[in-house]
Amino acid sequence: MSDKLAEKIKIKSAKRMRDIMTTYYLDAMTAGQNNKQVAWITSGGPVEPLVAMDIIPIYPENHGAMIGASKMGEDLCIKAENMGYSSDLCSYARTDISCSVVKGGPIGGLPKPDMLICCNNICGTVLKWYEVQARFYNVPLFILDTPICHTRYSSEIARYVRAQIDEYIVFLETITKRKFDYDKMARVGKLAYESQLLWQKVLNTTAHKPSPMSAFDAFFFLALIVTLRGTQIAVDFYKDLLEEMEQRIKDGISMVPDEKYRLLWDNLPVWYRLKWLSQKFSDHNACLVADTYTSAWCGAIKYTDENHFLDSMAEAYTRIYLNIGVDQMADQVLDMIKFYDADGFLMHSNRSCKPYSFGQMDIMKIVREKADIPVLMIEADMVDPRSFSQSQVETRIDAFMEIIKQRSS
Amino acid sequence: MKEIKVFHNAIKDVPAIASKIKENQKKIIGTLCSYAPEELIYAAGFHPMRLFSSKSDIVLAEQHLQAYCCSLVRGVLEDSLSGQLDFLYGTVFPHTCDSIQRLSDIWRMNGRYEFFADVVLPAKVNTQSARTYMVDVLTKFKKDLETAAGREITDTDLRDSIKKFNLIRKNLSKIYALQSKKPGIIKGADLYAIVKGSMVMDRDEVADLLPAIVANLEKMDAPEKCGKRIVVSGSICDSPDIYTAIEAAGGVIVGDDLCTGQRWFEGEVLNDGNPVNAIATRYMDRIICPAKHSSPTARGENMISLARKNRADGVIFMLLKFCDPHAFDYPYLKEFLEKEGIKNLLIEMDDQQQNLGQLSTRFETFIHYI
Ligand code: SF4
Ligand code: SF4
Repeated sequence: MSDKLAEKIKIKSAKRMRDIMTTYYLDAMTAGQNNKQVAWITSGGPVEPLVAMDIIPIYPENHGAMIGASKMGEDLCIKAENMGYSSDLCSYARTDISCSVVKGGPIGGLPKPDMLICCNNICGTVLKWYEVQARFYNVPLFILDTPICHTRYSSEIARYVRAQIDEYIVFLETITKRKFDYDKMARVGKLAYESQLLWQKVLNTTAHKPSPMSAFDAFFFLALIVTLRGTQIAVDFYKDLLEEMEQRIKDGISMVPDEKYRLLWDNLPVWYRLKWLSQKFSDHNACLVADTYTSAWCGAIKYTDENHFLDSMAEAYTRIYLNIGVDQMADQVLDMIKFYDADGFLMHSNRSCKPYSFGQMDIMKIVREKADIPVLMIEADMVDPRSFSQSQVETRIDAFMEIIKQRSS
Repeated sequence: MKEIKVFHNAIKDVPAIASKIKENQKKIIGTLCSYAPEELIYAAGFHPMRLFSSKSDIVLAEQHLQAYCCSLVRGVLEDSLSGQLDFLYGTVFPHTCDSIQRLSDIWRMNGRYEFFADVVLPAKVNTQSARTYMVDVLTKFKKDLETAAGREITDTDLRDSIKKFNLIRKNLSKIYALQSKKPGIIKGADLYAIVKGSMVMDRDEVADLLPAIVANLEKMDAPEKCGKRIVVSGSICDSPDIYTAIEAAGGVIVGDDLCTGQRWFEGEVLNDGNPVNAIATRYMDRIICPAKHSSPTARGENMISLARKNRADGVIFMLLKFCDPHAFDYPYLKEFLEKEGIKNLLIEMDDQQQNLGQLSTRFETFIHYI
């Protein structure tokens, strides 16, 4: 690719996003000096009440992604194993646990939490992981228990989770020794809603052919909807990003030059091989147009009532992608295949993430039958590179792309 | 002891137990977790049967679950898909770990049985709202069972059932207490057979057999030679050979912290007031499984008290490979034990296959060293 072309397809908002994230982490690092409190929270956790209380939310999973992307995962995983944690555990958890002790990673560890907020809507792993950190930092832990909706969201679940939202607020009031500001909460709720809508719109732009961005970009731009949801910053940023994408569509700029094939990705990214994978698909004129992962932060928006945010939070946080039955997940995949007009489905069988990966083989079967497109499953781990065999994955991707090419010719 | 023999014979052939139960016009509901409300199942006129893997080679389950899923979950799915569990009328899945959660989906989607229920109990057991939710979920399960049974479960049915299970639990506790007091009066393999049998056999039969065993053990004197006192901890330990190997290495099992052991049977359901509430109360108060939360240190404290109460010389962790909840707790439980000066050993196993020779050597080294 010529430098000129590379410059043209570069997404301009990327730099601003980096700046925002740097400021965010700097603020968090100096929270103590500014009399601000820090809460560690799971990626699927309800951050809005924290924002309303002026508590800085920190996401160990986002940090885990940074560790993976900067290829520091293996070392930190080994350190956790030396502490007695099995190598079969989630590598986000492993790296975070050892990082707390050795202060390693790309930013020298995260700021110490004043409290921990764990929502198990993504997995049971976070429950155990946050218990580990609650012992290590000796700080209060709040658990938002969102029972899995295998087949339905029941009235029992609704009542239980709603009650816990109130318990959450009491927890925050107790720790901060401040009253909860419901008016501010309403404003934060609206902003959260707005930013999720915008994020959805950004992701939707890739339905356009050729796609103005790829899932690899979505993995990157995801950081704000996770960490700064509920702030004006996120809303402004995604407005601009959306505008940029729409402009790219108008100008005919695509992420993959000469895009011919469109693929859907399942599961977390392989953080330490993003560049390689993206190049690999590009070489085949294939664009990863969408994924099941980044859309999880706007998937439950239909359950959110922006005018009654707290009340609707229970449902919106319970009925997220990973907290539903495998058959419902398959339905969503089928919808995405249709919406993005995907020619193939790529599944990352992720050793780290059992709730995401178990059931994938059934989804694979359903997709083959109902969408009639080729499906490839590759074995990897999102942060720990030791279970990734590049040559094997390469051969399999090449063979997979061959099939797709033959089918479309 | 002839009563113990009955247990041994029964668990050797689970399908035979199943056909006997079905001959008595009882339908069988399989369970996969110690949080499966057996009292409700029994009260509805069904037979609750804990499912274990038959340890057949994984062939059909390969098409549904990756190799990094625990051998219990893969093994049970294999049995189901290969038709070995066709005696089941249905299954119930209480929410446990991420793997069981997905097994439930896969099971339902590939459904072979008439009855299916998810009993998604709360993951935390330390708040009022969790208790209310637990009662709601149990009540709903009771209704599902009633629909399946085509009849109401009356409070009398439930009280009788609770009484039966309390009796079974109390006697199992007594057997463990006697073993701890007079270590060696009962062989590890016998203990294993009794506990496993109590999870799969006809409960009326179990309730008849256990008191006789207790009475016998009460009369017996403690063996003169006593091995090193060992407590085992983990999820399931479905292999009598492991118990035997520990004994051969010079140990004697005086207590456990297993899903298929004391964690399952300790604690009584108070049989007054609303029976469903009472069942919930037991679950709320019970020693937690690592997939549940009561406090960040609850299991550590329990581990210490268990080891102290049984004057354990050592603790052996027997963890199934790929089991997340237990693997997360291991480092801290180990640390807690070490602070108390209690030696411990970690064995990572695969329920499907065990290298007994290697295990024996590790047990010998450990027991020699404590
Ligand atoms: S990667 Fe999977 S197991 Fe790990 S924290 Fe995220 S959802 Fe949980
Ligand atoms: S052994 Fe562990 S991973 Fe397997 S079903 Fe039990 S709790 Fe889950």
